[in-house]
Amino acid sequence: MISLPANPNGPIVRGDHRVVAGLVPQGARVLDIGCEDGALLTLLTQERNVDGRGIELSQDGVNKCVARGLSVIQGDADTDLADYPDDAFDVVILSQTLQATRDPKGVVEQLLRIGQQVIISIPNFAFWRNRMQVLLRGRMPVTKYLPYQWYDTPNIHFCSLRDFVELTKELDATVETAVALSGQGNEIPVNAPWWVWNILAEQAVFLLRR
Amino acid sequence: MANETSETETAQLSLREADTPSSKLQLFGADEPLELDAGTSLAPWQIAYETYGTLNADKSNAVLICHALTGDQYVASTNPITGKSGWWTRMVGPGRPIDTNHYFVICSNVLGGCLGTTGPATTNPATGKPYALEMPVVTIRDMVRAQARLIDKLGIDTLFAVVGGSMGGMQVLQWAASYPERVFAAVPIATGARHSSQNIAFHEVGRQAIMADPMWEGGSYIASGTRPTKGLAVARMAAHITYMSDESLHQKFGRNLQDRETLTFGFDADFQIESYLRHQGMTFVDRFDANSYLYVTRAMDYFDLAGQFGGTLANAFKNSSTRFCIMSFTSDWLFPTSESRAVVKALNAAAANVSFVEIDCDRGHDSFLLDVPEMFSTIRGFITGSAIARGIPIPGGSN
Repeated sequence: MISLPANPNGPIVRGDHRVVAGLVPQGARVLDIGCEDGALLTLLTQERNVDGRGIELSQDGVNKCVARGLSVIQGDADTDLADYPDDAFDVVILSQTLQATRDPKGVVEQLLRIGQQVIISIPNFAFWRNRMQVLLRGRMPVTKYLPYQWYDTPNIHFCSLRDFVELTKELDATVETAVALSGQGNEIPVNAPWWVWNILAEQAVFLLRR
Repeated sequence: MANETSETETAQLSLREADTPSSKLQLFGADEPLELDAGTSLAPWQIAYETYGTLNADKSNAVLICHALTGDQYVASTNPITGKSGWWTRMVGPGRPIDTNHYFVICSNVLGGCLGTTGPATTNPATGKPYALEMPVVTIRDMVRAQARLIDKLGIDTLFAVVGGSMGGMQVLQWAASYPERVFAAVPIATGARHSSQNIAFHEVGRQAIMADPMWEGGSYIASGTRPTKGLAVARMAAHITYMSDESLHQKFGRNLQDRETLTFGFDADFQIESYLRHQGMTFVDRFDANSYLYVTRAMDYFDLAGQFGGTLANAFKNSSTRFCIMSFTSDWLFPTSESRAVVKALNAAAANVSFVEIDCDRGHDSFLLDVPEMFSTIRGFITGSAIARGIPIPGGSN
């Protein structure tokens, strides 16, 4: 198991956040891109003692983060990563955001440039339920965790886990760790080859290094 | 007739406040000169300020508020000339985001101002007459130097926070660049690291209006017993337009007529917006000195923080451990979000600790002075988070 063990006295923590936190070294300098209300950054600050920063698109999210005492700027993964110098952070995190960027490849390149390590979580478009919806119903997949219709989804660049691994090869990045997750974000503690995960995992977390 | 008397009384009151303010006053003697960017120095000189709340035992809870172009030290108390309550009582006071029950708040009148800090309306001790144009031109950095000298006198080593909007935000950035070890947290709002060409242009219009008024008398109007009220009012009218957005003007006034049913085919204030601007101009001249307006606008025009650091703004914040919270407003075209983003970019390049939010508000540059709940909640959160980081007991905390 990669996941940080649950703190029985702490607040309820999302499964994928526990997985991500388990991959972050103690005291690291961390940038969380698409940090939402700052839940992960708060967890990392409390449990991993990180020096954390965030980028969040929504004003509401930034307000919530700043109100929690976090350092977060309003910005966009597609446009604002270029402002950061090389190796600015020990760890850069992009949670469930890559599929909503205009230029996923460019974004991953930027992540690898500004972070020594990069943690990316993505939904798996090749999850078996998604495959079934296309195959049997002939419709674009709509699931509990990807609830949008094709015409209103912010997710414009879907990939499967296998597609993503191909991209990392193209970018000469090393996949140090990969964790398959259920829809709820809980770790699937099964040792299985890639093609199995590409069907069974609803999402996955990757730890990359240049 | 009664009106004229009260106008003269107000003018005399303003002159008194320039030398002997109703607020607190720190005097610096002939042996304590203030070095200026112009290459000269000022001595003796004085700085007028107000304080709110109580300085704690280890002097770690001091917050400096920096005021904007036509602001003053009365951030949360009554202005002695207008009789109006403080200009930022929504932000500063008991239970407010900058809570005077917990923080010791200091606000001083800027150098070059007209409410008690040395400026062109101050009596020059060498001549016994107002400085007028003999006052050296001052800069934002000079204003901050003067504030730092006041903070020294108050025995405060590190300010917990420095907060300000517009020109006040320029001072905040200058504080963080000049005295990084003395600023724990910095909140520059609706501002930029330089004054843009367009901003300089608007200021030049205002200054030309003042200097074109024959009552200005080459700057020596106080000694002559005159006042360039018409020129100063026009300067204020032009500037006031830049503080509002097209949308807020449209909502407030539209093309509505002022106390009339039809157009008069003349040059009276037919439209409400004209009447409003004339009123803004007329009330401004009662509380502000025309020469001060020249000096303080000039200080803003000269501001270019990157210029002080070899042209690279990031160098202004190198190795800074200050926590920044930067804020802009969507409808502010005087200091648009791009100006704030340039500062954020420089802070990121310097690996500084920065938060940034663009607040959605349609009321233009003046939004920072208005009732904008998102601004208050962000600042309250930032100040509280910073207080925890500094180990100051926080409002509502279990201390």
